[in-house]
Amino acid sequence: MTMQNIGRPTRPEGAAESTGFTSLTGGRGLLQDEPLIFELGGWTKTGVDLPAASGDAADLAGLTRAGVDLPGLSEPEAVRHYVRLSQKNHAIDLALYPLGSCTMKHNPRLNEKAARLPGFADLHPLAPVATAQGALQLMDRLAHWLKTLTGMPAVALTPKAGAHGELCGLLCIKAAHEAAGQGHRRTVLVPTSAHGTNPATAAFVGYSVQEIAQTEDGRVDLADLEAKLGPDVAAIMVTNPNTCGLFERDVIEIARLTHAAGAYFYCDGANFNAIVGRVRPGDLGVDAMHINLHKTFSTPHGGGGPGAGPVVLSEALAPFAPAPWVVSGPDGLDLVEEAAADAAQAFGRMSAFQGQMGMFVRAYAYMRSHGADGLRQVAEDAVLNANYIKARLSDVMTPAFPDGPCMHEALFDDAWLDGTGITTLDFAKAMIDEGFHPMTMYFPLVVHGAMLIEPTETESKRELDRFCEALRALAATAKLGDVERFKGAPHLAPMRRLDETLAARKPKLVWKRESGGA
Amino acid sequence: MRYLPLTPDDRAEMLGVIGAPDIDALFADVPAAARKADLFDLPLHAGELEVERELTALSALNRAAGAGPFFCGAGAYKHHVPATVDHIIQRSEFLTSYTPYQPEIAQGTLQVLFEFQTQVAALTGMDVANASMYDGSTACAEAVMMAQRVNRREKAILSGGLHPHYAATTQTIAHAEGMEIVRLAAAIDAEAAVIDAIDDETACVVVQTPNVFGVVTDVSKIAEAAHAKGALLIVVTTEAVAFGLLKTPGEMGADIAVAEGQSIGNALNYGGPYVGLFAVREKLVRSMPGRLCGETVDAEGRRGYVLTLSTREQHIRREKATSNICTNSGLCALAFTIHMTLLGGTGLSQLARINHGKARELKAAVEAAGLEVLTPRFFNEIAVRTKGSAAALVDDLLADGIVAGVPYSRLDPHAGLDDVLLLCATETTTSEDIAALKAALTQKAA
Repeated sequence: MTMQNIGRPTRPEGAAESTGFTSLTGGRGLLQDEPLIFELGGWTKTGVDLPAASGDAADLAGLTRAGVDLPGLSEPEAVRHYVRLSQKNHAIDLALYPLGSCTMKHNPRLNEKAARLPGFADLHPLAPVATAQGALQLMDRLAHWLKTLTGMPAVALTPKAGAHGELCGLLCIKAAHEAAGQGHRRTVLVPTSAHGTNPATAAFVGYSVQEIAQTEDGRVDLADLEAKLGPDVAAIMVTNPNTCGLFERDVIEIARLTHAAGAYFYCDGANFNAIVGRVRPGDLGVDAMHINLHKTFSTPHGGGGPGAGPVVLSEALAPFAPAPWVVSGPDGLDLVEEAAADAAQAFGRMSAFQGQMGMFVRAYAYMRSHGADGLRQVAEDAVLNANYIKARLSDVMTPAFPDGPCMHEALFDDAWLDGTGITTLDFAKAMIDEGFHPMTMYFPLVVHGAMLIEPTETESKRELDRFCEALRALAATAKLGDVERFKGAPHLAPMRRLDETLAARKPKLVWKRESGGA
Repeated sequence: MRYLPLTPDDRAEMLGVIGAPDIDALFADVPAAARKADLFDLPLHAGELEVERELTALSALNRAAGAGPFFCGAGAYKHHVPATVDHIIQRSEFLTSYTPYQPEIAQGTLQVLFEFQTQVAALTGMDVANASMYDGSTACAEAVMMAQRVNRREKAILSGGLHPHYAATTQTIAHAEGMEIVRLAAAIDAEAAVIDAIDDETACVVVQTPNVFGVVTDVSKIAEAAHAKGALLIVVTTEAVAFGLLKTPGEMGADIAVAEGQSIGNALNYGGPYVGLFAVREKLVRSMPGRLCGETVDAEGRRGYVLTLSTREQHIRREKATSNICTNSGLCALAFTIHMTLLGGTGLSQLARINHGKARELKAAVEAAGLEVLTPRFFNEIAVRTKGSAAALVDDLLADGIVAGVPYSRLDPHAGLDDVLLLCATETTTSEDIAALKAALTQKAA
């Protein structure tokens, strides 16, 4: 999940004075000040030893370029450059990373090793099917696990991320409506608390978006839903557990009303982590749901992808799934890469090839490692950890929904900061000085100054306590009026607050010689 | 369970702090009808050794591209990736970090993205590039939809030389958004037919070079024709190593250049994850999809990087966003950047020449075996006319231990090009591989 820039400053406001001691050369101890590769001078250098090319390229006369104007680095220089850069990043391997809705959990290294086995990593997507039976078996097994865990009869594996999965799900819904002569249904209902991708995806496929109101206790307002479920509604898109970290108590009634109105129930599965192994979305009346393998099934976030977003589908939507899919054939498994004429309902193709195979291997290794028992424990510990944080912080911060348990994330508003002059953003940035990544801020939009904390199940009690102690100390300091600690935060990070307004006003998106001075 | 740190004592103590009698109390909001008391019908947890054994066994059922003579390309390419690349991308700080929304503690990822954007812009000859898309095919679909945003026209013309999976992806996604997609007939030199198809309703033309049949084309004339009608030219490249040798999309007048970046830094992975490259002319920046990293300063005036122009993106604009993309291909972009930095412009040019040389060697061998090569000007891929079905020939040669390329019919079964075989050679192809292919082809022809 992202950080909204609605209702928060995008320029540094605090005093710009330095934190005190400065080095003579610009670095901060072991934290080096590292230039761009374009400033390191290797314009004729290469760090790869290649043989001579055979012959020239005379046959391409008039079709070739003059040369490639990019610098290179020798291997030791390149290693140093990127290792130095890496040290400026926070990571789940360093500390609790409480980004609500993002599910930053431990990434097992076994999964990395498995994905790099030559039979997976060095397998060409168009290799003859007879030479890719292990890959097809893995896709088949992954599909079986996803279907069993969700209680859904079908899954489309190819979508490359959550938003791509949403698109796939909505395209299935659109195709199903069109096949049933219901193509006039052009509206998608989305709760006000939805992820930004939901309305973006609905608009993307040409649907108009209508918001559903939320109740006082953070759930879909059934009366409002019922009022808006007309003959023009194609689908509802509901996240469950929702973005307030709450389970939609009336979900079965939501599904019933939706189906009664002739619409489909799309569930955003971003928060499946909270219920995996305990609750099957199929039992809730869901028609389609994407599963972020990079959230629930722990494939690494990698600084912004790659992800994977397979979509599970109900019986009604399964015939509309995109190509390709795996089938059993006379000589083992086969890959259907183009829908046959008799399966013309399939709506097409979400991308080239078979989807995020590298992520399938990792997710499958993760599922196998946990098993049915471990996955259930995942949901239980994720929910336990979030409720523990909520319980430990409720006397110093204000929970947005104090009554009843939360699911896998604890949501606070900024009421407790009233009168301090400190904002959610300031508080979050001060967390950096204490060694923690900020929580998701200003999302969901329905809660003022929202702070959404998702610890995940892979945090020990010791780390949770360390986190809670840090937040309690910060909260106490905020109330005592130590405003500068917050306004100027972070003081101890590799960088102070950055000027986003400047970046957007005069975008500098690539390095240029004249400005870089090489 | 080795990945779960809480002990039973921890859990009991924590429930006490929460004031809940048991874990079920925390799931009280789940309707009773949907609460599963029993474990699901799936195997129980397994140790690392056991899981590794199962996955190794599955992997062993696949034949790796490096296991013998191998000539598949057609959108994914076997290249050698320096060991350094995979080592660095597995550093915790890169592998296990999130999208860099907190720039103070994500400068590593952000500076890499800035370097990546600059490299992609230089390779494609364009002004600016974004921080990556899912892959080349989805980047192609996004480019088509971007053209619609730029000139408010609904029709996209896809060249018959465009990779059929790219065409299908674009058809699926851009059509769903309301665009009319006109895909021209597949043909070896398909680019010749593109100009005639452009009219006043055309939002964009999509041309691939080298195309799916390996043909290298100077698309400058198509650019002129498109621009004369107010349409945008989108140039697609599936083999990023070709940027080391061939005229860039920018030089030839492209408005948007998209490419599959897998060839640089990334493994074949049976089709994903890959990394989509997306570059445009300066004036089109604000219509671009995806994340952008930009330079700025921090509170002390020091240079730093942030994600910028996010007002185009879904988390701010919601239903008015330029695209619904959120997670993209960060780690693959990192691998691309490190490999590209190791190569440098000099190394990439050399690598490209090696690839081209290998392909010429391949062409000579195929011709010597009596087959007709259909591709007049190529980079590292050629299309060959087979006597009979190309798919049958591939099956035949597989029995000899040779993976003899991709039958075009596998990508596009309805094109009537069943006797066209797509072959690729890269720096990983040895003279022995080519000799083995030649011998086997000669034998089949006899």
